[in-house]
Amino acid sequence: MMAKLKSWEGLLLLILVVTIAANVMLAPHFLTMQNQINLFQLSNEKIIVALVMTFIIINGEIDLSVASMMGLSACAFGVLVTAGVPAGLAMVICLAAGAIGGAFNAFMITYVGIPSLVVTLAMLIGFRGFARVLLEDQGLGNFPQWVNDLGRNAFLGPLPLALVIFVVLLVVCGVILHRTGFGREVYVIGNNAEVARYSGVRVGRVKSILFIASGVVSALAGLLYAARLASVRGDAATGFELDIITMVLLGGVSIFGGKGTMVGVVLSILVVLNLRNGMALTNITGHIQTGVIGMLLIISVLGPNLVQRLQSMRKPGAA
Amino acid sequence: MNVFRTLHPQTLRILALAAVLALTVLFFTTQIDNYFSPRMLNRIATSAAVILPIAIGQALVVMTRNIDLSVGSVVGITAYLVGDYLGSHPDINPFLAFSLFIVLGAFCGAINGVLVAYGRVPSIIVTLGTLALYRTFLVEYSGSRTITTDSLPKWLVDLPQATAFTIGSFEVRVMVVMALASAIVFWIALSRLRVARKLYAVGSNPDAAVMAGINSARVVFVAFILSGALAGLAGFIFLSKFGNITVVAGLGFELKSVAAVVVGGVNIFGGSGSIVGVILGTVLVDTIDNSLTRWAIVSEFWRDALLGMLIMIAVAADTFMTRSFGKLKGKTP
Repeated sequence: MMAKLKSWEGLLLLILVVTIAANVMLAPHFLTMQNQINLFQLSNEKIIVALVMTFIIINGEIDLSVASMMGLSACAFGVLVTAGVPAGLAMVICLAAGAIGGAFNAFMITYVGIPSLVVTLAMLIGFRGFARVLLEDQGLGNFPQWVNDLGRNAFLGPLPLALVIFVVLLVVCGVILHRTGFGREVYVIGNNAEVARYSGVRVGRVKSILFIASGVVSALAGLLYAARLASVRGDAATGFELDIITMVLLGGVSIFGGKGTMVGVVLSILVVLNLRNGMALTNITGHIQTGVIGMLLIISVLGPNLVQRLQSMRKPGAA
Repeated sequence: MNVFRTLHPQTLRILALAAVLALTVLFFTTQIDNYFSPRMLNRIATSAAVILPIAIGQALVVMTRNIDLSVGSVVGITAYLVGDYLGSHPDINPFLAFSLFIVLGAFCGAINGVLVAYGRVPSIIVTLGTLALYRTFLVEYSGSRTITTDSLPKWLVDLPQATAFTIGSFEVRVMVVMALASAIVFWIALSRLRVARKLYAVGSNPDAAVMAGINSARVVFVAFILSGALAGLAGFIFLSKFGNITVVAGLGFELKSVAAVVVGGVNIFGGSGSIVGVILGTVLVDTIDNSLTRWAIVSEFWRDALLGMLIMIAVAADTFMTRSFGKLKGKTP
C-alpha cells in the first residue's frame, strides 16, 4: 500500500482528491451532474487525442501536429458540407485526410529518418497552413441539424457523444497498451529502439501505426470540435497541442520514452480538468489557469528529480 | 565528385542553402513587379532583424541538445514590460534602457536554465511550461492595456527609420546592423573561442564532455541565459519596430525560430550547426514569408502551408545529403 502511494499515480490521486475537496468547498455547484459533464465538455476533444499521444510519447516520439490536424479536419468538413457534400461522406473524407496526414508524418520519421520533433513541428505549421488555405479568413457554419445535435446534446444517458467516444477509446487504448504484444513493443521501442530492432521488433511498422492512428484520431477530434461549436474557423483548435502534451507528461509518461501508464494519464486528465473547472467556478481567468497548469507541469518533473537526488545524497554510493 | 570530397559537409550545406535563397529571390523577381527594390529588401531585412537574434539564441540551445520554446513569450515580456517602464520614465538613458531589455531577457532565460541544467527537467517540458507561464504573467500584469507609440521616447520611435549606412540606393537600417552584429559576435565566438566550442562538445556527446572536464550543466545554463538575453534584444527591436504593443507580442516566434534554425542546418540532436547557416535560414524563411504576401498568383493564406513544406524539404534534403556524404567518404552514416 505504501509503495503504491509513493508511485506517481498515487501522488496524482492525492492531488486529485485535494483538488476535488477544495472545489467542493469553494464552489457549491461543483458536484452537480451538469457541472461534472461541463467539466469534460470543454476539453473532450483534447483528452481523446491525449490517449494516442500517450502511445507516441511512450514510444519515444512526439506529435506536435495534432492540433493543426484537428483544425484542418474541422475546416475541411466545413468546406465540404458548404459545397453540398453529404455530412456523413464529408466525415469519412476528413478521417481519411487524417490518415494521410499521419502517414506522411510516419513516412518522414521512419523512412526518411527525420526526428519526429522536427517533422511534426513542420506539419504543425503545414497542416494549419492548409486549413487557412481552405477557409482563408471566413467562418463556416450551417451544418445539418443532426451534426450540431451530436455535438451538443446528450447521446447516451446524460453523456455527450464525445465523452462516450473517450470512454470507449480509453478502454481500448488501456487494453492495447497494457495487455497486448503491440503494447509491449511500444514500451520496448521507447526504452531502446536499437535493442528493439535487433530483437526483431518491426520498429518502423509500430511507429507508422501510431502516427497514422494519431492523424485519424486528431481528425475525429476536429470533427467533434466542429460539431460542438456548430461552426469552424481557420484557427480552430490552435495551441491545443500544449494542453494535450501537458496532460500526458503530467501523467508520469517520460518524455524520453519507455515509461508511463494509462492510469496515470487518466488521473492527470482528471486533475487538469478539475483544476481548470474549479478555477473557472471561482472566477479565475483562463490565462491564469494556463499558467497554473504550466507550473504544475514543471513541478511534476522537478519534484521527483529533487526527491531522488536527496535520497541518493542520504545513502552515499547509490548514485 | 572530387570537389564534393574536399568540401566539408557543413560548407556544402551552407552553399546549398545560399543557392536555394538565390533561386527563391530570382523566382520572386520574375513574379512580383519591383521586387528587387530597396524598399522590398528593407522590408525583408527589418522583418528578419526581429527573428535573427532569437534564431541565434535558439541555435545555441539546440546545439546543446535542448530546445527553448519560451522565446516568443520572452520577446513579449521584454517588449511589453520595458516598453511600459519607458512610458513612465521617458528620460532614461538609451543605453540603460537597452540593457534593461537584455537583463530582463537573460533573467527569464536563467529561470529556464536553472530548471533544465540543475533541476534536470527536460528542456521541452520546462520551456513548454514557461511559454505558458511568462505569457500568463504578461497578460495579468498588463490588465489588457496597450503600449502605444506616443508613450515611448522619441529616440526609440525614430530608430526603425534610422539608417546606419547606405550601399548604392539600399539603406541599411540601424536595427538590421544590431541584429547582424549580434550574429557576427556569436559566429566568431563559436568558430574561434575555446569556451564556445564547449557548446558543441556538450551537444555531440554529453558523457564524453563531462569526462573531458567540461562542466556541462553550466554550459547548458549559459546557453539558456544567452537565448533569453538574445530574446531580450529581439524584444527591443520588436518594440521599436512596431511601437504599439499588446500582450500577444511575439506569439508564435518560438516556431519561427526553430524553423529558421532547422532550415539553417543546425542538427536538432545537438552538436553541429553554424551561425552562417542560421542567418541564411532566417533570411530564407522571412523572404518567403514576406514575398508570398505580395505574390498575386497565390493567396497569402498559402504562406504557412508553404512554410511548413519548405522546412520539411530542407530537412529531408539535409538528411539525404548527410547520408550520401557518409557513403562517399566511406563511412557508415
